[in-house]
Amino acid sequence: MTQQSSSLGRDAWLRLRANRMAMLSIYLLLGIFLISLVGPWLSSYSYEQQDLDHIFQSPGKNHLFGTDNLGRDVFARTTYGGRISLAVGLLATLVSLVIGVTYGMLSGYLGGRMDAWMMRAVDVLYSLPFIIFVILLMVLFGRNFLLLFLAIGAVEWLTMARITRAQTLNLKKAEFVEAARALGYSHSRILFRHLLPNLIGPIIIYATLTVPAVMLLEAVLSFLGLGVQAPMSSWGSLIKEGAEKMDAAPWLLFFPGSFFCLTLFALNFLGDGLRDALDPKSSKD
Amino acid sequence: MVYGMPSTPNPPRIDLMGHLSIKNLEVSFHTREGTIRAVEGIELAIEPGEIVGLVGESGSGKSVTCNSILQLLPTPPARVDNGKVEWSGKDLLDYSESSIRKIRGKEISMIFQDPMSCLNPYLPVVDQVAEPLIIHKIYNPAEAKAKAVEMLMKVGVKRVKEFPLSYPHEFSGGMRQRAMIAMALITEPALLLADEPTTALDVTVQAKILTILRELCSDLGVSVLFVSHDLGLVAELADRVVVMYRGKVVEQNDTASIFKNPQHPYVKALIACRPTLENTLWRLPTVEDFMSPSAEQKPHTQKKGAHSRFLHPRKNLLVGKDLVVQFTSENGPVRAVDNVSISIGQGTTLGLVGESGSGKTTLGRALLNLVTRTSGEILFQDRLMDLGTRKSEMHFRKSMQIIFQDPYASLNPRLTIEQTLLEPMMVHQIGNSKKERLKKVIDLLEEVGLGEEHLARYPHEFSGGQRQRICVARALSTEPEFIVCDECVSAMDVSVQAQVLNLLKSLQDSRGLTYLFISHDLGVVKFMSDEITVMQNGKIVETGSADCIYNDPQTEYTKQLINSIPLANRSVNFSF
Repeated sequence: MTQQSSSLGRDAWLRLRANRMAMLSIYLLLGIFLISLVGPWLSSYSYEQQDLDHIFQSPGKNHLFGTDNLGRDVFARTTYGGRISLAVGLLATLVSLVIGVTYGMLSGYLGGRMDAWMMRAVDVLYSLPFIIFVILLMVLFGRNFLLLFLAIGAVEWLTMARITRAQTLNLKKAEFVEAARALGYSHSRILFRHLLPNLIGPIIIYATLTVPAVMLLEAVLSFLGLGVQAPMSSWGSLIKEGAEKMDAAPWLLFFPGSFFCLTLFALNFLGDGLRDALDPKSSKD
Repeated sequence: MVYGMPSTPNPPRIDLMGHLSIKNLEVSFHTREGTIRAVEGIELAIEPGEIVGLVGESGSGKSVTCNSILQLLPTPPARVDNGKVEWSGKDLLDYSESSIRKIRGKEISMIFQDPMSCLNPYLPVVDQVAEPLIIHKIYNPAEAKAKAVEMLMKVGVKRVKEFPLSYPHEFSGGMRQRAMIAMALITEPALLLADEPTTALDVTVQAKILTILRELCSDLGVSVLFVSHDLGLVAELADRVVVMYRGKVVEQNDTASIFKNPQHPYVKALIACRPTLENTLWRLPTVEDFMSPSAEQKPHTQKKGAHSRFLHPRKNLLVGKDLVVQFTSENGPVRAVDNVSISIGQGTTLGLVGESGSGKTTLGRALLNLVTRTSGEILFQDRLMDLGTRKSEMHFRKSMQIIFQDPYASLNPRLTIEQTLLEPMMVHQIGNSKKERLKKVIDLLEEVGLGEEHLARYPHEFSGGQRQRICVARALSTEPEFIVCDECVSAMDVSVQAQVLNLLKSLQDSRGLTYLFISHDLGVVKFMSDEITVMQNGKIVETGSADCIYNDPQTEYTKQLINSIPLANRSVNFSF
């Protein structure tokens, strides 16, 4: 797929560049990435360093975003939490992408009884209540950061598989796929060279929508105390702490909350922009 | 009309009632890629009661002209730059949206191309036909419904009498188009705009629809603008023909004169390049022959007889015995191909004709093992076809190829032409190095009339005709002996169709190819084929040499197929 620097790709890029909101989102995301990456090093405090002489300091010169109830620097904690939240968001999305796309493509391409069985399996997994599933994992394996990925990935790939399957079912009736069969191409060649590149559009779009969904899930889990545990931080856990002390120290909620919201907004706008840019019909207006 | 004014009744006004006149109309489309001038100043007039045919190939601006009359163009991107559409003396282009709505469906109605998508699937057909009467407040709902049933009976949709609650999906394409006609004519409009109303239908159905349209319009005194790409079809119906080419009217005259004595080279070409049932040309003339004067004298009269490949019976390349293909539907098993035996001689073309649903496409797919056959066997080069192992599958796949109907859907939009054509050679290990294969690809492109400069391009950068050439090149890339052409020119304009047919013929000559040529168009099949097989309901009804089938059809069904072809396409009497 690296050879897809096609004129189709170029067209899509041109269309995306004309979309102001999408471009703004890209710059914003890059900024947030950068701050999360270098922020913890820039700050003269570490995310876990307590300074009990300076608790609940409002944002100021020494502490850009203020300090929390244990005197920890909120800027360091927010940027460090950004690393974890973004990592969870992107990695879990990648995992769900790989599993979901492969599973969905196979199911749609094989069709018939195989398809029916594979999709029923997805339905069964869908029906598991998510929170109970996570608690079960925690009970069995203890609290573990990796479990977070596993739990979120296990849920998010299901929708991806359904979307990919539906697209594959449509696409495999196309005459160019039939031509590929008539030319004697192997199944794997048809799947990966002829079907996959044509599925890229919907997949990318759904992926950009999955990242915020995963980060929300992480926030929910952290909020419930099932996710990232102190002294480590994530946006979700920071928001939870901040919400508890909202009256006394609103900055504890404001800063991680704004980072989180901005990221979600940007990703949603980027997703919308990509959807329009990759739709060949949109070039005709 | 001005009431209460006894003096000077303004006589020219009355003359203009029901009179449409398009004056110097210019329409352009503004897209991100640039501006396209679709219609460049056309003049067109329709007198009351007159049937005018508007002919042109896709992109000639005929549909744009037709749609601009009732302000149906999407604006933006479309924009009317100049001109007038005068209806009963008033310019329709000046009308506001709410006032043009009083004209639409009441004074001027429209029929569209695709009867499958023009009716709302959630409403009973009768209600939809009655709707214009209710909207324009001509009748109350109950009366309108009675009137609709009456009108539907008139156009031959008998089902509504028995089942007044029938929904569109319960009707065939032909019946739906009849319902569309009923809907368009129920308000007794003065003008009917028909945009390719029969293009999506089988020839036999097309003939019936045309008859109904002609009779009803003369009964009701409706004038018609009949838009079509098919000059022969228009000749069946129209009093006068207007030919458009690249946004301009190149010629207009009454129907007989335009066929007898065409003036513009493009019109001459349109008349000549359509394969008819009576001519036996070896090569079809193309538009280029006529548009470039030097080539105009080129003789196309070489007879097929000189090439007759039938003098020496060849041995059979492909034999299918007792083939059955069965699908399971909700109503139990359906036999798409029912006990069909077929044989095709090496280096010859077998034409396969039939209406949609006759099983001809399934038969073609079954011969290539793209559809699993329920029973029967296939012999290819005297070898029993069996795709059990990958090795034997590769052997058969390499020597049999297929060209599809829709050149837009049959190329992977994400691969360049180079990638598309190299891939089969790589898979089948034709050529030893990439360099050698690339040279073969370039040779192939030149063979089908394209060139090296097209290698790096993507399918969407080509026209339909060019894409079909690429599909031909891809089919040839495995150096096959047998090619199934499945309706491979059906979606094309006659001028492009002629080029592709000529290409297929010359390739057959130079490479000794064997074709199974599937089409619903008897004229095209007769031009291409040595032998013709007619299919109906999954069974073969008749097989014979191309001339025999046409001159002496044995079955009613074949006779009906031949008689349904528009008269102008059946004879060459008005050639020049």
